[in-house]
Amino acid sequence: MHTGKEPTVSGGRPDSGDLLEIGGERLASRLIVGTGKYSTNEIMLEAIRASGASMVTVAVRRVDLTGEDEGILSVLDPDEFFLLANTAGCYTAEDAVRYARLARAAGFNDFIKLEVIGDERTLVPDVYGTLEAAKILVAEGFKVMAYTSDDLVTALRLEDSGCAAVMPLASPIGSGLGLVNPYFIREIKRRLEVPVIVDAGVGTASDACVTMEQGVDGVLMNTALAEARDPALMARAMADGVRAGRAAFIAGRMPAREIAAPSSPMEGMVD
Amino acid sequence: MIETREKIAIRANGEDLRIASEHTVTSLLAELGVHPAAVVIELNREILRRERFAETKVREGDVLEVVHLVGGG
Repeated sequence: MHTGKEPTVSGGRPDSGDLLEIGGERLASRLIVGTGKYSTNEIMLEAIRASGASMVTVAVRRVDLTGEDEGILSVLDPDEFFLLANTAGCYTAEDAVRYARLARAAGFNDFIKLEVIGDERTLVPDVYGTLEAAKILVAEGFKVMAYTSDDLVTALRLEDSGCAAVMPLASPIGSGLGLVNPYFIREIKRRLEVPVIVDAGVGTASDACVTMEQGVDGVLMNTALAEARDPALMARAMADGVRAGRAAFIAGRMPAREIAAPSSPMEGMVD
Repeated sequence: MIETREKIAIRANGEDLRIASEHTVTSLLAELGVHPAAVVIELNREILRRERFAETKVREGDVLEVVHLVGGG
C-alpha cells in the first residue's frame, strides 16, 4: 500500500552532496538534457556542457545506408556523458520493447527512457501501453525511466511495476508551457519512493525553478535548450534555475498568505 | 550477358536490395560503407550480437534493420 508521506530531502546543501541517484547510478546534476533538434552538433555539445548535465538522452533510428550518416557517437563521448536511450516515436508497448532491446544492444547501459505515445497532437503517453512495456522491460533487467502523464495512479502503478524512475510531464513535449499541474506533481513526489523526474514542457529557467520547488528529484528537457536563441546561455540559465528551485525546496518556503504582514516593527513609531 | 555471380534479394532498412549471394553481415556492412562498431542489427526481427556479424551469412529474403543512436529528447 502506498501511504502519503512528506518528501524527504537527500543530502544537505543543494550544491554539495545532494546527488540524484537513479537505479544505482549517481548523477552530479539534477538536470537531464536531450540531444535532439539542435541546428548543429557543435551548438548541441556546447549547450550540453553548459547545462552541467551528466545524463543525456538519445534516440534509436535507422542508419542512412545511402549517404554519410555519422550518428550521435561521433559527437558525444560515452565516457563523458551517461547515454539514456529513449523509445521516442513508439505508439505501442511492442514497439517500445523492440526499441529498448535495440538500444541496450548498443552496449552502453541497461537504462531506457520508456515512452509509449498515445496521441499525436499532444504526444501525451498511452499509460496502458507504458505500463505493459514497463513490466516486460523490468523483467528483462532494464532500468526503466518511464515518461508518463501527471496521473497519480499511473505513477504508483509504474513504481509498483519496478521502474527505476517515474517521469511525469510538466506539459506536452516541445510545448514550453511550463508546469501546468503543480499539485499533482507534488502529490506524485509525495507518494513515490523512486525518483520523480519531470520530463517535458519546461520552457524557460523560471519553469525549471518552479518545477524543482515542488520537491521533485530532477528535470529533463530538450526543446527549451535546442530552440533558444542562444542554447548554451539558456543551458546555464536552466542549471541555475534547477539549483535555485532545489535550494528553495530544501530551505522550505514561507507560507503564502493573502494578507500583508509587516516586515518592520509596529512598535517605536514616532508620534 | 552472363551473370558471373548469383544475386539474392534482401530488405535492409526498408529498401529492397539485390546483393551478391556470398555476403556475411560483416562484408555487407563494409560494402554499404557502415562501420560495424557503431550499429545494432536486427536480422529477421532478432537482434544479432556484434560478435556474430562475421560468421552470419546473409540469405535470400533476409530482413535487416541497421540502427544507431541519434540525437533525441
